Amino acid sequence: MTSTVRTYLGRLLPQLIALAIIIAAISIIFPGFLNLQIQNGRLYGSLIDILNRGAPVVLLAIGMTVVIATKGIDLSVGAVMAICGAVSASLITSGHSLAETLLVTLAVGVLCGVWNGILVAVLDIQPIIATLVLMVAGRGIAQLITEGAILTFNDPGLIFIGSGSFLGLPMPVVIWLVFGILVALVVRQTALGMLVEAVGVNREASTLSGVFTPVLLIAAYVLSGLCAAIAGVIAAADIKGADANNAGLWLELDAILAVVVGGTSLLGGRFSIAASVLGAIIIQAINTGILLSGFPPEFNLIIKAAIIVFILVLQSPRFRAVFTFVSMPRAAGRPTEREAK
Amino acid sequence: MKQKYLPLTATILIFLLSYALCVAQYPNMLSTRVIGNLLTDNAFLGIAAVGMTFVILSGGIDLSVGAVIAFTGVFLAVVLEQTSIHPLAAFALVLAITTLFGALMGAIIHHLEMPAFIVTLAGMFLARGMAFVLSIDSIPIKHPFYATLKSFYFKLPGGGRITLIGGLMLLVFAVGILIAHRTRFGTNVYALGGGTATAKLMGVPVASTTVRIYALSGLLAGLSGIVFSLYTSAGYSLAAVGVELDAITAVVIGGTLLTGGSGFVAGTLVGIFIQGLIQTYITFDGTLSSWWTKILIGLLLFAFILLQKGIIRLSRPERQHA
Repeated sequence: MTSTVRTYLGRLLPQLIALAIIIAAISIIFPGFLNLQIQNGRLYGSLIDILNRGAPVVLLAIGMTVVIATKGIDLSVGAVMAICGAVSASLITSGHSLAETLLVTLAVGVLCGVWNGILVAVLDIQPIIATLVLMVAGRGIAQLITEGAILTFNDPGLIFIGSGSFLGLPMPVVIWLVFGILVALVVRQTALGMLVEAVGVNREASTLSGVFTPVLLIAAYVLSGLCAAIAGVIAAADIKGADANNAGLWLELDAILAVVVGGTSLLGGRFSIAASVLGAIIIQAINTGILLSGFPPEFNLIIKAAIIVFILVLQSPRFRAVFTFVSMPRAAGRPTEREAK
Repeated sequence: MKQKYLPLTATILIFLLSYALCVAQYPNMLSTRVIGNLLTDNAFLGIAAVGMTFVILSGGIDLSVGAVIAFTGVFLAVVLEQTSIHPLAAFALVLAITTLFGALMGAIIHHLEMPAFIVTLAGMFLARGMAFVLSIDSIPIKHPFYATLKSFYFKLPGGGRITLIGGLMLLVFAVGILIAHRTRFGTNVYALGGGTATAKLMGVPVASTTVRIYALSGLLAGLSGIVFSLYTSAGYSLAAVGVELDAITAVVIGGTLLTGGSGFVAGTLVGIFIQGLIQTYITFDGTLSSWWTKILIGLLLFAFILLQKGIIRLSRPERQHA
């Protein structure tokens, strides 16, 4: 038991250190940063705010991790968020109950995942292109549903998902915590996670050794679609409306970035959901930190770019070969596969 | 041998067919004015798509294009507003910056052995961030030289005009076709797209070719930014969001294989025309909403990917997971 805890900590150590450094840096510049207070039975504070604001990216990153572990990528999650936000807003305003609305919305997300999955697994299209189709068309579909307008709603149940609280935590945080733990358990307490990694390392070899690859691949994209649907509902509930143009815009890139920061290789294989969640929180902490420290928000993107380049250099096989003595956890570099795009 | 022309032929046929359908419904669409506008409105996208074609032919991808266009526009606007240097000098300066920027990304992709996707994603953040740092406002460009450049056009019979930027796009395509098929660099690009390992064994200088491909894409993105600033007469850091996706879509619709190694620069031009035609049709129709553009282009993209898959499967039935 202690050994599993130790391996987990070892895997997450770089991300935890990075997060600690960022939080320490912000709290030096902005002393009130670590304060937490309870008002009306709910925790308030910048730290909670980071967890809350980061909810959509955390959710997307959970699904994206599994997709990337299969050596795939899902560019459509932002567009799927927009579609699902639009679906939930239009259903709730046309008088459907909250349960129906959520059920249909999640089903739409799953459907989007099935579409992507079939394109990748059955038609054997490169993931980046297969999901590009839905990324391009998705926002159009979302606008079709909202008829170009921002669809607002005032159903208290749906709004509760975006701004309510449960056990002192904001609802979005509760949702991603529960969902993340659920996915991690399903993936790691069964052989599923290992099979996903096998497909990511070598799809052909796994198929030959009896892994039913198409189903596994479709399942990965379905999970990603489901995550995007939940994120879409949260984003819509947060602003009490569905904005087909801006909901989830470019969040797919943030989610991919979160996975990369979490140390999962874009070339597929070993993955860690907890690390990706930490990655997403690191990104959100940087965003919040830049805002709080009074740094002009214009620098936000440049700092993000610098961080990606830094992490890329750390992960690059060439760099690792030179600095093998810097023994990083899971530094075992696979043979480079430049064909992977 | 014939198979290599199949996607291109399909693209051209689809374009001619859809254009004929449009003309059957709205005879005015045949006018040279519409054709002239098609060229002018899509000039910046076309120029960026030529660079993207080379990148995709080599088996890579460049996500930084739209951000580089925005950066170029803001840079020109700021430089022309705050200094007194001539626009031509500013053009040269900005082209040098974007070319270097592209070359740097190419060097990182090759030497750090990182996927092009994530490196150019970082490039996209960096370029967009630099644009933000320069200015977050939309700055108008009022230099008289811009007005002079805009007054150049070639009059077509029927009242249409090929503007300077529309003509420039055609010129860039012509040069692009020459580079792709008549130079050693072009051959190297195709070889690289066929597989890095084989290209290396064939004696292709992989490092310098990769750097040059992304430098070319950066240069053309910069040129596209200049055209965009001429087109809009302004520089805005939030402009040209998602142009890279439109460019990739044009390349795919144009029949270039996304796995690299096969395709034509000329196909991309037809891809641009098809996208422009959909937009023009929706404008002519008046009742269709703008979001149908996205949905139609998405469907078209899907259709072309399927077509390409079918062709690959027919030509190589024994290797499905290539």
